[in-house]
Amino acid sequence: MLTNRSKVVVNKKMSFWERIYLPAIAGGLLITIKHFFRKKTTIDYPKEVREYSQIYRGQHVLKVDENGAERCVACGLCAVACPAEAISMTAAERAPGEENKYREEKYAAIYEINMLRCIYCGLCEDACPKEAIFLTDILVPVSATRDDMIYGKDKLTEKHFNEVPIKKRQTEEVAAFKAETKNKDLRHNVLGKSDSF
Amino acid sequence: MVSGYLIYKAIIVVIVFLVGLGIAAYSTYAERKVAAFLQDRLGPNKAGPYGLLQPIADGVKMFMKEEIIPDVSNKFLFILGPSIAMLTACMTGAVIPWSTPLVINGVSYPLQITDINIGILYVFGVVSIGVYGIMIGGWASNNKFSLLGALRASAQMISYEIAMGLSIIALVMLTGTISLQEIAAQQSGWHWNVFYQPLGFIIFITCAFAECNRTPFDLPECETELVGGYHTEYSSMKLGFYLFAEYINMFISAAIISTLYFGGYNMPLIGRFVTDPNILSILGLVFFFGKIFFFIFFFMWIRWTVPRFRYDQLMHLGWRIFIPLSILNIVLTGLGILVFNK
Repeated sequence: MLTNRSKVVVNKKMSFWERIYLPAIAGGLLITIKHFFRKKTTIDYPKEVREYSQIYRGQHVLKVDENGAERCVACGLCAVACPAEAISMTAAERAPGEENKYREEKYAAIYEINMLRCIYCGLCEDACPKEAIFLTDILVPVSATRDDMIYGKDKLTEKHFNEVPIKKRQTEEVAAFKAETKNKDLRHNVLGKSDSF
Repeated sequence: MVSGYLIYKAIIVVIVFLVGLGIAAYSTYAERKVAAFLQDRLGPNKAGPYGLLQPIADGVKMFMKEEIIPDVSNKFLFILGPSIAMLTACMTGAVIPWSTPLVINGVSYPLQITDINIGILYVFGVVSIGVYGIMIGGWASNNKFSLLGALRASAQMISYEIAMGLSIIALVMLTGTISLQEIAAQQSGWHWNVFYQPLGFIIFITCAFAECNRTPFDLPECETELVGGYHTEYSSMKLGFYLFAEYINMFISAAIISTLYFGGYNMPLIGRFVTDPNILSILGLVFFFGKIFFFIFFFMWIRWTVPRFRYDQLMHLGWRIFIPLSILNIVLTGLGILVFNK
């Protein structure tokens, strides 16, 4: 009796009006017709989209820096942190002349996230020392095959000058901390700055 | 003159047939929409504006589907079943008075295919043939579920036809005729039969639900128990015919309920504003269809509100409640006629 909503079942004899059922049916009809005019809960999905939470965690993005070079150094911390073991990668050494493609000497030649295994917890984002991986509010589209759901760098890496905004997810405290550090590496994640990074 | 009469009759037959089919097709759409709205959903809305092309898409789908006739079934009867169901469903529209006659160049054109003087008996006769469609189809499928569904359907229809007939007898005592045209004409103004026969109306509409195999009496095809009931083995357009026949029956039932109890094409007070008989006739048609659409909606409203009966409850209700009640109704009507000398 925590809620006071439980009803004790009594097998008493029904009265005449209860036995002819018609009042009960009329009551039922009244309830359903009220629903007929009620606002519908269904939304016309592709045309209108439900409002997402500010901190919604969807598809991952691999960030590039202000010159368009990949931030990821293939340290593997995200793969270690991942509770679903969805991330795998192969590291490679940067060749001379590739400085505009990769920010540091080491980079991820292959970087794959299995979107079917991923639980979208965001621990990879926490683990990343280079602020390279983030979860965005992009929905992961469905696919007919399992292979299509393993996302490689082609789908994950953002394009230079067409960066994926990720600032919405940061709390005020984190943003203030990052603004204080004045570290240019971390500037792309600062709250309130323009969306160019 | 005879050829002109034949052409006029042919035209009205074709119109009634097409309108019946059209309304049945859009009843399937309306059913899905009403169900959705009663459950706070939107229903089909992708095919055309508001999903209005949905029945056409469904029809194309029905025709395109692979047709499977089970090897062990009796093929002739298997095909005969849905044909009878569809035929009888389409035949009942013949005696319904859609409106008062149109007068063009002094010639009167009644908006009714035929005004036979035993209209009610004709409807009952044709409707009771309809049960053969279900019975034959269910038996010919050679499937336990189909057979059970067919048995249920026939038992249910036979038992509810008795109560329905008895409730009509009280109405016939009151009106003194069994021609639907005369019954409709008698109910001008506020003299709707539902005010004189409220008990008879409740019995009649409940039996109409049972005759149409609609919830709460949809035991012949209750999908939770019998897969699909009598049409389990049917596919493609033969299944479509069964489903379609159900919706045509619903349309005809709504028309007959409106004619017998709700004044048919009559509307109170309209005679004060309009006097031209032709305009009155067209307005009568509009009112009649308004009443029909309301009852079709009512059928759907009931379906998505009231849960299904158990089979023993259904039989108990039919034989031990409705038949005595309708006999009581006959006695009360007789007393009323004697006392008020109507």
